[in-house]
Amino acid sequence: MAASTVVNGLTSPNVSNADAGALAEEQCRAAKERAAIDSASRLPALAWLAGATFWLLWASFFGLVTSIKMHIPWFDVRVIMELGIISTLLSVPLMVLIARSKNLSLDAKIGFCTFAFVAAAALWLVLRTWVFDIRWSEHGGAWQTFGRTRMTHLSLIGYGWGTQAGIAGILWLVPRLSRTPLIYPNALIAAAAIWNVGIFAGVIGILAGLGTSVEWLDFPPFVPPFLIVSLAIVAAWGIVTFTRRQESHVYVTLWYCFGAMFWMPWLYTVAVIINIYSPATGVVQSACNWWFAHNVLGLWLTPIGVGAAYYIIPKVIGRPVYSYYLSIIGFWSLALFYSWAGMHHLIGGPIPPWMVSASTVGSMMMFIPVIAVGVNHHMTMLGHMGQLRYSPSLRFVVFGAITYTAVSAQGAIEALREFSEVAHFTNYTVGHAHLGAYGFFTMIMFGVFYYMVPRLTGQEWASSRLIRLHFWLCSVGIVIYFTSLSISGWFEGRQMNNPDYPFIQKMSNELPWLICRSIGGAMMSLGHVAWAILFVLNICGVGSRREGPTFFREKTSAEVEAELNGSTATPAEVALASR
Amino acid sequence: MDRTVTLLLGITLTFASSWLGLVFAPYVQMNNVQPIKGTTDDGVEEMYPRPLEGEAAYGREVYIANGCMYCHSQQIRSEHFGNGADIKRNWGVRRTVQRDYIYEKPILLGTMRTGPDLANVARRWSGQGGKDWNHLHLYAPRMMMPGSLMPSFAFLYEKRRITGEPSADALKLQGEWAPEPGYEIVPTPQAKALVEYLSVLDHNRIMLPEAQE
Ligand code: HEC
Ligand code: HEM
Ligand code: HEM
Repeated sequence: MAASTVVNGLTSPNVSNADAGALAEEQCRAAKERAAIDSASRLPALAWLAGATFWLLWASFFGLVTSIKMHIPWFDVRVIMELGIISTLLSVPLMVLIARSKNLSLDAKIGFCTFAFVAAAALWLVLRTWVFDIRWSEHGGAWQTFGRTRMTHLSLIGYGWGTQAGIAGILWLVPRLSRTPLIYPNALIAAAAIWNVGIFAGVIGILAGLGTSVEWLDFPPFVPPFLIVSLAIVAAWGIVTFTRRQESHVYVTLWYCFGAMFWMPWLYTVAVIINIYSPATGVVQSACNWWFAHNVLGLWLTPIGVGAAYYIIPKVIGRPVYSYYLSIIGFWSLALFYSWAGMHHLIGGPIPPWMVSASTVGSMMMFIPVIAVGVNHHMTMLGHMGQLRYSPSLRFVVFGAITYTAVSAQGAIEALREFSEVAHFTNYTVGHAHLGAYGFFTMIMFGVFYYMVPRLTGQEWASSRLIRLHFWLCSVGIVIYFTSLSISGWFEGRQMNNPDYPFIQKMSNELPWLICRSIGGAMMSLGHVAWAILFVLNICGVGSRREGPTFFREKTSAEVEAELNGSTATPAEVALASR
Repeated sequence: MDRTVTLLLGITLTFASSWLGLVFAPYVQMNNVQPIKGTTDDGVEEMYPRPLEGEAAYGREVYIANGCMYCHSQQIRSEHFGNGADIKRNWGVRRTVQRDYIYEKPILLGTMRTGPDLANVARRWSGQGGKDWNHLHLYAPRMMMPGSLMPSFAFLYEKRRITGEPSADALKLQGEWAPEPGYEIVPTPQAKALVEYLSVLDHNRIMLPEAQE
């Protein structure tokens, strides 16, 4: 292992056990300092996270609706809305009774409330169909046509959930790693408010028919100013915090966060000008569109996700990252190559061939940062996989970190012309998109929040069962989602490339896979509901006050000892890192 | 402080390089592409491409507002790409190139082919017959194409009680799609504009020299 024993920005010299006493004191001081820093981050970080969680639910709703509409084109959303509203009305009185009961455990209460809701929904379904015979007027409305729900889903995923979740993480990570309490909390809360007003206006706009049909920039033209102002506030805050930092060592997570905060406002502003406000000529728009859309993924969501994993993994298992040098290589090669890769979305399209070639090279070079990050994350975990049984944060983050390696390898191959000939224009891309944006980014962010929120609110998670449910619904859901679309997409591509294969046949072959996608997506959405319940309960102070982290189950003392023996880190290092 | 400078400089330079390469360079290279004179299939000489006007331009807005792009691409790929299937499937007669798109704001290349490519849909559904087909297809895709996954755009049409003579533009719907007796389905101005757009949507009007392979 490299000589470096850097644990999340706290450089500790290699110590013998004799120094343990001094270290314990240092550890106590550091813990107090972290607690003070966390308490300053509390409101802004939770404000952004609340927004993120709210829009995640809506994004899932619109994703699910979009998905169902692909295999049932006449599906009417109003039926779900009616079902939701009526079952809520019917079940709320019961839920209040259950919640007030004194002899039930919290898990049992959550279980019974869920049951009450499902029973109410089933009852209403029976009543409306066979007793009242309710029928909605035909053909839904313009607002719920596929194209608009699709734009709403992606906009909410990108800006409502992804970006806000990322900023919530940044607002907690950056002060910790800079060892300065968060400054300008009110400006950051105002930024969150501006952002959410923008998102709300944007969603209404798209549903009302003002969407722009520019992928990843679908919001109507009155929305970007809100988002730009808000991003600018966050970026300015980032720069000031960085220059004020007390910690001279810049831990790799901080590099990633700082890069992300700096790139995103620039990207977004340029893209909005060239694509929305004063569109350039013809395919220049496409070039800019995909330069932007690709970089939102690669230079905004990815660095936050990768950076956060760099923080959480060593923190939870109490070991320094495997190699400091690899982490530097990973960061700089990402910055250089990823930003060049955007044109691989246009392979075969009407743009100059040199641009596609440049991006294919960029995509191939991406193997460097991906391998660097992968080796670093996975080697740090090696020998500590047992910890996945206990720590929810670790479980989500490691799932995400493994997926990152997988999705990037897949992406690099998709950027090859021969592969793109088949996979482009099919659901294969959508599978990849969800493996990345969901399996990697979203899962890592959940892991971060399981670690972060209790430290901000001082409140432990109300139910480890619900966390487990969240994990399994989301992870099994995304596996179903990804597998079915990848299989389907590959066949779609092969069949479309065969000019004698009837198009309509290709379309009906997709059906079973699209239905599987809806099932996987429904599981993911349910998982998000579980997350939202946990988050709200935590904010409302339900559950025990925080003493130690919530584990799926407690470690026995023998297990703790075995871990220490198996680890190369000294007990002092472990203690230092494990808070 | 030296690290701050390295970091700032590094992330600015790496990023600026891609901006220069992928946004600024194409801007310089392509922003001034001009229309040229050519001969259409029917032997007419004209400037190509021409900006859309009037009803067709409005129809394009309807296309944008309803996200048709998320199921339909508008680009024909080279005959050496993907088995040349785009052309063999009769979606176009030649690949599309930069010049074909110079008046499109926003450009609607698309990334998904849940439905067929529409770059040259006017060539397949032309004239009054094509327009009628498109209206019926937009209103009731599964009447025209059993098993179609395309959603119905019935909200672009209006159901009216027939007073006196039935309207000339009423849709000739059959079976389960027909309205009850005494009623008719007529296109709204939006539907008419959209169909007008589809009936002029043709990126292969003339053979461009740079598209020759
Ligand atoms: C959910 C995806 C979806 C959306 C959204 C969609 N379509 Fe389609 N479209 C299809 C499919 C699938 C087909 C092929 C089957 C058929 O002809 O119905 C098709 C076929 C077509 C065709 C016939 C093409 C040909 O070559 O014959 C036209 C024209 C068309 N669509 C226009 C539109 C317009 C205009 C819109 C937007 C108002 C739209 N579509 C939105 C999926 C979609
Ligand atoms: C709740 C479950 C979800 C379902 C059912 C769902 C469904 C869908 C559907 C149907 C599409 C449109 C694909 C198409 O046009 O062919 C889509 C697009 C997309 N979704 Fe989701 N989604 C879900 C959750 C998420 C989440 C949580 C994320 C990530 C953070 C996400 C990211 C995306 C992205 C990036 C696209 C665009 C893909 C592309 O353009 O190729 N989705 N989703
Ligand atoms: C080395 C890394 C990666 C490479 C080379 C890569 C490559 C690609 C390619 C070539 C496509 C276009 C496919 C097509 O349209 O034919 C694509 C789409 C996509 N990728 Fe990746 N990918 C990588 C990593 C990631 C990661 C980490 C994420 C998630 C954060 C991600 C999310 C997406 C999304 C959302 C799309 C769909 C975009 C859209 O159509 O809207 N990718 N990727």
